[in-house]
Amino acid sequence: MILVLRAAHIGVAYACGEDKEDTMASFTLRVNGETRTVSVEPDAPLLYVLRNDLELNGPKFGCGLAQCGACTVLVDGKPVRSCVAPVSTVAKGRITTIEGLGTMDRLHPLQRAFIEEQACQCGFCGNGMVMSAKALLDRTPRPNDRQIKGALNGHLCRCASHNRIVRAVHRAAKEMRP
Amino acid sequence: MSARSARSVSRRDFLQATGGLVIGFALAPRLALGQDRPAPLPGSLNANRMLDAWLRVDPNGTVTIFTGKIELGQGIGTALSQIAADELDVDLKRIEVVSGDTARTPNEGQTAGSLSIEQSGTALRFACAEARDILVSAAAVKLGAPAAELKVSDGAISAPDGTSVTYWDLARDADFKREATATVKPKPPAAHRWVGKSIARRDIPKKFTGGAAYVQDVRLPNMVFGRVVRPPSPGAQLLSVDEAAIRRLPGVVAVVRDGSFLAVAAEREELAIRAREALARSARWGETESLPPAGDALYRHLMSSTVPGETVVEKTSPVVAMPVKTLEALYTRPYQCHGSIGPSCALAQWQDGKLAVWTHSQGVFPLRAELGKALGIPTKDIRCMHAEGAGCYGHNGADDVALDAALLARATSGRPVKLQWMRDDEFMWEPYGSAMVMKLSGGIDAQGNIVTWSHELWSHPHSTRPGASAGVNLLAARHLAQALAPGLPADVPQPAGGAARNAIPLYDFPNVKVVKHYIAEAPLRTSALRTLGGYANVFALESFVDELAAAAGADPVDFRLRHLKDPRARGVIEAAAQRAGWRPSVRGDGTRGRGFAFSKYKNLACYCAMAADVQVDRPTGRVSVTRVVAAVDAGQIVNPDGVINQIEGGIIQSTSWTMLESVRFDRTRVMTRSWADYPILRFTDVPEVEVVLLDQPAERFLGVGEGSQGPTAAAIANAIANATGKRLRALPFTAERVKQAMA
Repeated sequence: MILVLRAAHIGVAYACGEDKEDTMASFTLRVNGETRTVSVEPDAPLLYVLRNDLELNGPKFGCGLAQCGACTVLVDGKPVRSCVAPVSTVAKGRITTIEGLGTMDRLHPLQRAFIEEQACQCGFCGNGMVMSAKALLDRTPRPNDRQIKGALNGHLCRCASHNRIVRAVHRAAKEMRP
Repeated sequence: MSARSARSVSRRDFLQATGGLVIGFALAPRLALGQDRPAPLPGSLNANRMLDAWLRVDPNGTVTIFTGKIELGQGIGTALSQIAADELDVDLKRIEVVSGDTARTPNEGQTAGSLSIEQSGTALRFACAEARDILVSAAAVKLGAPAAELKVSDGAISAPDGTSVTYWDLARDADFKREATATVKPKPPAAHRWVGKSIARRDIPKKFTGGAAYVQDVRLPNMVFGRVVRPPSPGAQLLSVDEAAIRRLPGVVAVVRDGSFLAVAAEREELAIRAREALARSARWGETESLPPAGDALYRHLMSSTVPGETVVEKTSPVVAMPVKTLEALYTRPYQCHGSIGPSCALAQWQDGKLAVWTHSQGVFPLRAELGKALGIPTKDIRCMHAEGAGCYGHNGADDVALDAALLARATSGRPVKLQWMRDDEFMWEPYGSAMVMKLSGGIDAQGNIVTWSHELWSHPHSTRPGASAGVNLLAARHLAQALAPGLPADVPQPAGGAARNAIPLYDFPNVKVVKHYIAEAPLRTSALRTLGGYANVFALESFVDELAAAAGADPVDFRLRHLKDPRARGVIEAAAQRAGWRPSVRGDGTRGRGFAFSKYKNLACYCAMAADVQVDRPTGRVSVTRVVAAVDAGQIVNPDGVINQIEGGIIQSTSWTMLESVRFDRTRVMTRSWADYPILRFTDVPEVEVVLLDQPAERFLGVGEGSQGPTAAAIANAIANATGKRLRALPFTAERVKQAMA
């Protein structure tokens, strides 16, 4: 599926552009198994393309500085802070957001585990926790506490659901074991 | 709120409202005696008295409940639906919740103070019990059977002869357009099917599947993206900026400059961010040194305030023996941040002079009133609709960003604006939890009992929310050319208290004096951060109890128990000590130690006691809080896991405040701008937490959202003292401070 979004608005922006660096470019992104084409500036952070052009709610704006992890997505299976990743640098990769893991009807074991453990209060950090946990479980299917905490240590949680999050990752790992 | 607004009704308003001089004169003496006041109703029913303000039964088989309290990730929507489902005898799945919409829900003020279950839960409980009674009475007529013989099961009302009718059949006839009477008794705890169970929260699944869960996820047709450019410091004024150059940037739709308020809207979010950066580069500001000194000098500065001390409580018992030993200690707490993971965000749209706002404010009605004042339009032309934000833990930028969005949206020709604060906007401009100084002194008699106790404190305001004072306390208002300043807020009155919250000991000390210096004028913006003054006061009070226990050679748990009569207070202390495996009078070994603390939040809400274990690395000063065991009595518990989540989250959040957090600033600027300047606790430093609930099904609800923060700080301080023999009295206990103390 190919989508070109907000062409009219982008056209307006384009016409106003004075600098060469403001030039829009077309990028074909592979997001959650679908192909999406967007016209944006090459240095536009991936986060805004995902949230605004593709209308994905999963990745969150938390700091814009790669400090908190709320915006985390997977690019070729690796966690990436989408708030600082220029779209041009990830255009060749396979991008996965939390929407790509599972849906309400077919939850991914991690999503199910976070819901069953009630592993949040506000939940704003939850996207990043799940995405980094996914990357962890892909390479370490039987993580111990230390490995889970290590993998998530770059993610901030302010409501302090840390212990529930660790339990949720354990639960998911158990469910995913063959 | 109600007392204040009652006072502010002028004589003229009163006469107009009552239709003339003669009637006014005749009514006045009776009103003064309160005879014309309607009978008080429980919880928020008192201020929102119509039944149909609280619930609606629909023919499609659902019940919609309306609440003025909003979801903050504390699970209020789920807990309220449990209460409603029980009183109505319907399945939980049938309950829909509408919350925080000035056009649709009751006005319950702020969602704050751990009061939502007490206020909204109590109101819904009585409203739903009465609604069930109305429906059953209607069924009795229809079925020709006495109401007392009818049974209700999931909304189906059946008579002994087997005939039945459902709520959904009766929905059109049942009249809830009447004032509640609260005469129908809610169910006894034994009859509850949903209340008391750990029902999974209804807001969580969408949060883990990319559903539209937050205000940031609201998308409106033809929407543009907004950003603000704040001054570089609290005292700064905008001198010049090249707006025209910014307007020519790609995608820019509008630039608004009004006094020192500066904002930009663009077609795309990243272009709005780029335009913000360009505006910031172009802007020239005049800055002034408006901030207090930092470090220890801050506390000397606070104590040098000329604001006289006000006695909060004074209790004397002349018969008691004179103390044989007295101690004095000074405790301090720095400015601290709410630090929401998601910076504040709002959407605003103007249509035909009317304003619609999507907001994560904790109080949509007070926000609407404040927006009306700031924008000079009647509140009837404003609708505020709540959508969740990231956890806020008190008054952060949520209300402020709503005004920013509304101001910017005036320049976008009816196009809606989504205005998102950047990380530095939130860190530099959210109202902080006030810095505080607590000076404790006390004495013990020959038997080692506390006979004198004094707690003197210095603090700036803890509540400057919209509606808390005259004037306008929305940030942008003070930056406008026609600046609107906030009035000086009064302190939150006792018994809950603001600056002096939890300063009055619950212990039975014979001589007690509590004095506050409430310094209303604040150079740095301060407001409600979870517990208000409670965190610092409990830290000081419960640390000092341990200091006196040590002076008396007593075990901290035993020492607390022998000064407490309240059986529920004793209950949580005993339960926490037992579950933690507390061993009396065990000294730490130099690096490992254990501390204890207790409080009853606000002296009105939940009881919470806990034991904390620490490990101190003496060479570096690094302290690990390894384990915390807490016991809680919250009266009747609606959702046990919800209570545990609040207490557990409070303990870990408070561990972060206590070990790491303070706002950095110099005499001109706030230097805390990103998480690099304001470290918080991470996974590898989080303690193991165990929470024991003492359920009291026959007791009324007691709020839990802020119950554990104060005791956590004191339990950690007491554990460090137990481990090392060194008493830390200045928050936070950074490695540097601990190392210094060990030297």
